[in-house]
Amino acid sequence: MDITTADRQPKNRVALTINGDRHDLEIHPWVTLLDLLRGPMQLSGTKKGCDHGQCGACTVLIDGERMNSCLKFAVTLDGAEITTIEGLGRPENMHPMQKAFVEHDAYQCGYCTPGQICSAVGLLKEGKAGTREEIREMMSGNLCRCGAYVNIADAIEDVMGQEARCGIREAAE
Amino acid sequence: MRHPGGRRVRHFSYTRAETLGHAVAALAANPQARVLAGGTNLIDLMKYDVEHPGAIVDINRLPLRDIEELPNGGLRIGALVSNSAVAYDPRVAERYPLLASAILAGASPQLRNAATTGGNLLQRTRCYYFYDPATPCNKREPGSGCGAIGGVNRIHAILGASEHCIAVHPSDMCVALAALSATVEVEGPDGRRDIPFTDFHRLPGDHPERDNTMHQGEIVTAIRLEGNHFAHHHSYLKLRDRLSYAFALISVAAALDVKDGQIVDMRVALGGVAHKPWRDTLAEAEFAGQPATRETFATVADRLLAGAQGQGDNDFKVPMAHKAIVRALSQAAAGTPQIQAEKHVR
Repeated sequence: MDITTADRQPKNRVALTINGDRHDLEIHPWVTLLDLLRGPMQLSGTKKGCDHGQCGACTVLIDGERMNSCLKFAVTLDGAEITTIEGLGRPENMHPMQKAFVEHDAYQCGYCTPGQICSAVGLLKEGKAGTREEIREMMSGNLCRCGAYVNIADAIEDVMGQEARCGIREAAE
Repeated sequence: MRHPGGRRVRHFSYTRAETLGHAVAALAANPQARVLAGGTNLIDLMKYDVEHPGAIVDINRLPLRDIEELPNGGLRIGALVSNSAVAYDPRVAERYPLLASAILAGASPQLRNAATTGGNLLQRTRCYYFYDPATPCNKREPGSGCGAIGGVNRIHAILGASEHCIAVHPSDMCVALAALSATVEVEGPDGRRDIPFTDFHRLPGDHPERDNTMHQGEIVTAIRLEGNHFAHHHSYLKLRDRLSYAFALISVAAALDVKDGQIVDMRVALGGVAHKPWRDTLAEAEFAGQPATRETFATVADRLLAGAQGQGDNDFKVPMAHKAIVRALSQAAAGTPQIQAEKHVR
């Protein structure tokens, strides 16, 4: 079976909420979430690096948890909420993590950046990293071939600090 | 035909199982079918054309996502509970810190969020030859030969290998489960049965294509942990080529019950050394009553590695395993387990 006969194969229905919008889709079962996002959904912010779950460039949030979108068949995610880099913030209204990456110069070529930022947002939500050592360990699923790791960890530490200060302020109020 | 965006997986029929019975029936009806849960290993293998199932049975809807209390103080972990959810479950972290530590030593956070308990058991070897369909591999294609024997075999087995296969099981979690003497619950066409963890995976022998002792049509439904927790004296020590996010060259899950400085119960499971998490319960039993000291642990390492055999590139693993066993048992005895985010060995 080749690509020319693929359209005759049965498709499956799947409902996904992507960046807040619900989509009722009919797709072939072998389409990965990554290919769905970058192709039909035209959300090319999520990057295809290795396509094998080794580099983390394709990291998105699925029901709030960071995962490699290259290793998910979209059909298995019926009912899930997907957040991509486009859903976190836009240039005119950036997510605090996006702002911190800009401020700390936490990228060079930028290819791994959407995955790094989605992963960092997932990391903060998990709440398991307290030290810089733990940030580095828990960001190990995102490779950066430019080697911007020091600035990436700075950016994440910065946002962690902002959140901690907000928490203290809220507790005091 | 190559897909412009990367490798294309072969097409397959897709079934979303709504009940366990439905999944078992779908699997039993088609020997070409594969179960899909977290997908982190199977989809990767499909992209490399190592696995090309004609049918996929998606079990993600099955109610196997709970961690339940057992009357004996143990826990039953559903097969679809993610690796992260197991590692961070407060009961697991408190009662079975060895298991939590081993899980957090493996893969990346993204993969641990997606990967399931059952899938971790069923992941396949990362032998380079298994992963490359252009080379011979008795595990991938029985009878084709083994590229690793006499080839590049830095990551391969030093214990329990056969003339047909020297691959190793890649899991960290399974090494801890072997040390903890967990039980695997499976369900198939003939009903439900229990498999002791150390009998679940198998050595390659004449059939390296078989990773485990499950029967056709069976599905892992849960892992059961017993009441003995080894919460005070344990350590998971993993040695690898990078500081994080790499498979083990050698790993050791060590657990001790110590009374008045003497060993009451000792468990040592090894990862990265064999086709299955390696444990020798007869050897362990010989050390009951002996002092929990470095000298004893060196003798334990001698005993466990008596039959170890390098393949050339991996000869370093034999002395490395010896040192790792002594160090992990020393960490366990001292109550100072290896912390996975720390990049120095304690």
